[in-house]
Parts: sequence; structure tokens; C-alpha cells
Amino acid sequence: MAKVLMKGNEAIGEAAVLAGCRYYFGYPITPQSELPAYLAKRLPEVDGVFVQAESEVAAINMVYGSGSAGARVMTSSSSPGISLKQEGISYIAGAEVPCLIVNVMRGGPGLGNIAPAQSDYWQSTRGGGHGDYRTIVLAPNSVQEMADMTITGFDLSDRFRNPVLLLSDGVLGQMMEPVNLPEPHDYNINSKKWALGYRGSDKNERNLCSSIFLDNDELEEHNWHLYQKYQVITDLFSKGEYKDFAVEEHLCDDAEIILVGYGIISRILKTVVEKCRKRGIKAGLVRPKVLWPFPTAVFERLAKTASQFLVVEMSCGQMVEDVKLSVDGKKPVFFFGRTGGTVPSDFEILNEVDKLVRPD
Amino acid sequence: MTMKKVFSRPASLSKTPFHYCPGCDHGVIHRLVAEAIDELEVGDRTIGVAPVGCSVFAYDYFNFDFNQAAHGRAPAVATGIKRTRPDSIVFTYQGDGDLAAIGTAEIIHAANRGEKITVIFVNNAIYGMTGGQMAPTTLIGMKTQTSPYGRDASTAGNPIKMSEMIATLESPVYVTRVTINSVANLMKAKKAIYNAFKLQKEGKGFSFVEVVAICPTNWGKKPADSHKWLTENMLPVFPLGTFKDTLGVEKSA
Amino acid sequence: MSSKVERIILAGFGGQGVLFLGKVIAETGMHAGKNVSWIPSYGPEMRGGTANCSVILSENEIASPMVTVPDTVIAMNRPSVTKFNQKIKAGGMLMYNSSLIERQEFRDDIRLVEIPANEIAEELGNPKVANLVMAGAYSKFSKLITFDDLVACLPGLVKGAKKEMLDINLAAFKKGFDYVEEKKYMFGRYVYSVFKGI
Ligand SMILES: Cc1ncc(C[n+]2csc(CCOP(=O)(O)OP(=O)(O)O)c2C)c(N)n1
Ligand code: SF4
Ligand SMILES: [Mg+2]
Repeated sequence: MAKVLMKGNEAIGEAAVLAGCRYYFGYPITPQSELPAYLAKRLPEVDGVFVQAESEVAAINMVYGSGSAGARVMTSSSSPGISLKQEGISYIAGAEVPCLIVNVMRGGPGLGNIAPAQSDYWQSTRGGGHGDYRTIVLAPNSVQEMADMTITGFDLSDRFRNPVLLLSDGVLGQMMEPVNLPEPHDYNINSKKWALGYRGSDKNERNLCSSIFLDNDELEEHNWHLYQKYQVITDLFSKGEYKDFAVEEHLCDDAEIILVGYGIISRILKTVVEKCRKRGIKAGLVRPKVLWPFPTAVFERLAKTASQFLVVEMSCGQMVEDVKLSVDGKKPVFFFGRTGGTVPSDFEILNEVDKLVRPD
Repeated sequence: MTMKKVFSRPASLSKTPFHYCPGCDHGVIHRLVAEAIDELEVGDRTIGVAPVGCSVFAYDYFNFDFNQAAHGRAPAVATGIKRTRPDSIVFTYQGDGDLAAIGTAEIIHAANRGEKITVIFVNNAIYGMTGGQMAPTTLIGMKTQTSPYGRDASTAGNPIKMSEMIATLESPVYVTRVTINSVANLMKAKKAIYNAFKLQKEGKGFSFVEVVAICPTNWGKKPADSHKWLTENMLPVFPLGTFKDTLGVEKSA
Repeated sequence: MSSKVERIILAGFGGQGVLFLGKVIAETGMHAGKNVSWIPSYGPEMRGGTANCSVILSENEIASPMVTVPDTVIAMNRPSVTKFNQKIKAGGMLMYNSSLIERQEFRDDIRLVEIPANEIAEELGNPKVANLVMAGAYSKFSKLITFDDLVACLPGLVKGAKKEMLDINLAAFKKGFDYVEEKKYMFGRYVYSVFKGI
């Protein structure tokens, strides 16, 4: 297929349709509104269902229902709306229902503003709602990846029966870049034997989707079951089949300073690395593409060769904690952040690098 | 009573120029609220609660205290304020997305508890601030960003009539629907808002004024055409009138 | 202007079609086989303020799509000049809509190109195509897209447009392109006439 110029938000919408998603439930909020607008038009063309819910609370619970009935289903929102969805996400994780949740992050806390931000990292990677659970968190950095990771996200969520969060930001949602759309994917709503309403001939028990385990022992068993699932996922991302998918490294082998950033920041850091190299500074880039499970191993390895790390985020410093945990005190980890909706420029980051590599 | 200059600025209205689009009704409705509060001489003890919607900055336009609530939660926030400071005059100012979608639970229960607050509900049949998505009050067949084929009752339901719904509850003392499409209706709207605050001043109970309003920007119409469209299309669905007046405030005035 | 990459900021009033202008340039770049990116300023459009977008055309992969130091600013109104003038790279270009922006003492280390886009568009009978006049003019300077690329790309961009509308759009490109060719453009405080004449 020929490339099309699309907004990140629209690319997610089209990719979802191509991935076989026919159900969308959401509530309007900037800067992700192009996505529901796109699907409001597009889903009826493929006999899909678009529902504008009365709130994000309602929307995520519609997703819970649809997902438990076996659908490939998604919702999207931006930071304040994602906060509202946390209760539902906790239920979905507890009941092990697959779904895709898109967060096009904006500035917070509270109503904050509608400008791009990365201040929901903790909320995304630490669960967000109550209870011992995890969501797989994917962090695209281009419009192409908004599309690709939507598809991967659906696949991962189905495979592990776990909610997947696509964590992007206002820039990625609003920007246009050429996209190669993948081939459409057929999805059969009857492919999940555990789903409510599954009608295969091999069905002999009733199916139940629930997160309640009143008996202590049963809940403990369930929580350890979830924990084991999260371990399997972690292993697949750190050394198994998703190892290369999980992280991008750029010029790290001989790097003295490693710049670390995800999402739109990683694009800016790539420019910074190029400029550093031109000036003779041996800089490299590590870009986590998956934020949970965090690509710890890469940092453990690079802590042996590099002499320092600089983490850059559009927040007051959230992912930097995971980098520090991974580097484990072996090398200094520094932080540079802009928040409130400002995207740091390559110049100001370069300036930070200068301060670190040429202290005087 | 001395004659008042028609265009003088009500004392409760600040000098900040409105950020609303040209012709938008929000500014006029703010003025009506300010006038009622001035006439009742309660400006020194009024606390407003701003919603999330185009009137999110309502606090900039009034000279009294304000809270800015999360989307839809203004009636709950107002409940907290009023219970804490029962002597203050507390009101929420909310749009249709805020009040009739995400905040339906909060408004119904504040009304049902008979919170002694006043609610000004601006129904413009659209989500103004976010760029024109379908609201619960959007008319059947009306095209919006999220109802690109026109609102279809079979999947998106029918325009929700909040005044009628709230009037079925026992606790509210005053529930009325007005509009400002003509001078005569503007005067009626002014009176209704005055009545609602008067009841609160007298400690009576929950009062609710729905103002059917225009959103020229997201309706894609000129302000004058918008009022015409409102008259022809919205008023048949959202008829003007008083649905509940337990204490007869309209007659007593 | 480096031949490998062109970073452009396009700005004007909401309603002057600067986001679409950016899209025209980006889409043309894409069809011409270049890497492209387009980022809008976004926000409650209702305030009627200044809209702008950043476009990059590049022969190589685009690392950062953010434009902090533009090679070119295309300004459709006065506030856009005020906002972006100082950001232009030394040796870069300010292309401005002289129908709404009077000539003044600009920086003397940038190229200035004035185009009476509104007048040209009105002559064509549709004031709305002022943005496309600028696209035509830009193609004159670009090393990555040509006038022919623009023309080839247009039908796909205004799908469903009537033939007359398409013709007016094409005429706007042409007028913009020709204007630059025939008229003066200035380098700093000095007025040159580069392509034809003097
Ligand atoms: C939790 C949450 N969800 C969504 C939004 C985005 N949002 C802002 S205003 C608005 C709708 C406003 O519409 P309405 O209440 O009708 O007010 P109007 O702008 O029309 O006056 C929405 C959905 C938000 N701020 N917070
Ligand atoms: S978008 Fe609509 S409701 Fe909001 S200020 Fe403009 S006209 Fe008023
Ligand atoms: Mg509204």
C-alpha cells in the first residue's frame, strides 16, 4: 500500500480497524479528539460500533463489558480522563480482559492544560488503580509507530489477557507523518473460549469474568497467578521474542554519555546525539519502546561501558527512577526535564550535555 | 428604585474581557448572573463553581470567590462548599456535556438531596470547548464531530431533557427553562435567574435554571442565524417554561 | 538553504488556512519521495488567535520533528512576523504576505520575500486561496519540491473538489510561483531583483 500522510491520532484509529477492532467507547477530550472523530466515521463503514459514553468512567466499563464478551475493543483519552478510567482498568486487569487503552498525554496535575506532556509515566507503569496489577505500556515515537504499536498492542493484550496501554502525547497525536498501513487482519469474536457468550461446540462450563475473590486464599492464589503472568511477560520482553521490540539503541557501543528518553523526546535526543557526535562528544541514545516491562537489562549492560546517563522527560522526573534502579548506582544518572507543556529544544538539551561532559 | 443605566457593568462582573467567541451567549448569561447577585446584594458572600467547558474560566469574569471543579463534578464540589459555609450563596455554572453527560450522577443527587445551591445550566446542544462533539442534548439528525452521520436516536439516544427530569424529584424548589433569543425572553431569563438566587438567599432549597443557548462556532453559523436556528429547532425539543415552583416564587415576585 | 533538509514554520490567523498550506507542502514532499513531518499548534481554536504549523522536508530520516530554528518562515499576518522573525536561521528566509504586512526594517541577515497573497487571491476571484499562492512561491525556492510536484499532488488533496475550484487552486500556485520570478525580493534592507530585471 502507498504511504498516506496522517495524524498520529488518526493512524491509531485506522490501525485499530485494520487490527480487527470493531468496538470503540470514549469521551471527548483534547488532544486526542481526532481519534474518536475518525472512528465515529470509520467504524460504521465496517459494521463496527462507536459509542460516545457519558464519561470516561462509563467508557472504560463499556470496554470491560465488550472485552469480556470477546471483542477486540479500545478506548482512548488524555490524562484527566485516564485518571477517571483507573477504577475500570483495575477491574479489567483483575478479570484478565484484553483491551487497548490509548493515552495522549497532556499537562497535569488537575485540569492542567492541553499541551503535550509525559507526566503520566508513574500512573501508567505503576498500575494507576488499586491492587497488585500491571498493564503493558507501549511508547511510540512516530506516526508510523502509533499505527504499528496499536496492532502489536491488540496482539499482546489478547495473548496475555491483559490491558495494554499505548502511551503517547499531544505532539504525536497531532502530528502528521507518512504511514505505511499494514494489511487488514481478520478477527473472529469467537476465538476466545473464555469469553462471555462464546458458542463453540467445545464449551462445557459457563464462562465468568470477575475480579472478586472473597476468600483470602483464593485471592492470594489469583494474585500470584497474575504475578507469574507478569513474570512471563517480563522475560519475553527482556530476553525472549520481544527483546528487540522493547528498546532502541543508537550509537551506544562507544558512548560515554547515554541519553535516555521515550516518545517524542527520543526523536529530539536523536538529533542531540547527531550534534554531539559532530562536536566530538561520544553520545548514544537508549529509547525504551516498552515502559512496562522496563528494559532494565540494557541499562545494566551499558552501566559497564558508559560513564554517565542523562534522562530527559517532559515531566519533573519519573522514568529517571526506573533508569536509576536499573543502573543500580554503578554510574551517575542525571535528569533534565521540561514540564507544563513545553517540549525541550535540542539546544537546551545539548547545553545540559555540555555541562556534564565538559564541567568547568 | 433609581433608574439603572442599561449597559453599566454589574459590580459582580470583573473587568476581564470575555474570551468567548463573538456572539456567544455565555457572556450574556454571566451578566444576568452578576445582575441577580447585585440586586440581591449578596456579592460579598457568593461562591461560584466553574465547570470544565467553554466557561472553565468563568472565575475570571466575576468578582467573588470561585472554585474550578473537575469535569461534571461541580454540584458535588458545591455541596461541599455549601455544607461548610451554609451562609454563602453557592452556585454552579455548567454546560450540557458537563452537567448532562459526565456529571449526570452529581447533578441528580445534589438536586435530590435538595442542596441549597443554584445551578445555571447552559444548554447549547454541543461540546463547545473541545471543538464540537455530540452532547446528550444534541438534536436528532444534528451533525457533529462524533455524530458525522447525524445523531441517530437508535444508537445515541434522544436529546436529554434535564429540567423535566429534575422536576420529577421532590426536593428541588424551582426548575425552569429560559432562553435569550429576544429581548422579551432575555428579561424572562433575568427574572428566572433572580428568582433562583432569591430562593437560595431565603434558605429555601435547590434551584435550577436551564438556559437554551447558541454555539455559533461549532454550529458553523453566524450569531444571528444561530438564534433563529435555536428558535426553530431547539425550542420545540426544549420547550420554555417553569417545571417546578414549589414555593410560588414566580407569583410572589 | 541546505539541500538536504528544509525546516519551515507557517503561521497566520486561524482561518487563513496555514495548517492546510503546511499540509500541501508536506504531502507534496511525501509524493516527491522525501521524508516529511507536520506538527500543528493546537488549542481551543475559538480564541481566533494565531495558528501555526511546523513542516520538515528532508532527504534523510527526520530525527526531531520539532522546528526551533526554521530555515523559512511563511507569515500570513503581522503577529506571525513578530512571533517568529527572531527565530529564523541566519541566512534563512522570511516569506510574507505583503497584503497584510507592511514592509519594514526586518533583520538584515535573512532573505525577505514579499508576496501580496490576498491581492493575488482576490484577482483570482477567491480570497481563500491566498495560502496556496504562498505554496506556489515556496516551490520556487525549495530544493526538495518543485512546482510540478505541487501541481501533481493537488487533486489528491482536494478530493471531490469541483473542476473550477481545482483550476483556481492551480492558478494560485502558478501566480505565486510567477510572482517571485517577476518581482523583486529583498535581502535585508536592500531590495534586489534577482530572477529577472535589473
Ligand atoms: C475527565 C475529562 N474528560 C474530558 C474532558 C474534556 N472536555 C473539556 S470541556 C468538555 C465538554 C464541554 O462541553 P459543555 O459542558 O457542553 O460546555 P460548552 O463548552 O459547550 O459550554 C470536555 C469533554 C475533561 N476536561 N476532563
Ligand atoms: S465554542 Fe461555542 S460555546 Fe464556546 S465560546 Fe465559542 S460559541 Fe461559545
Ligand atoms: Mg455545551
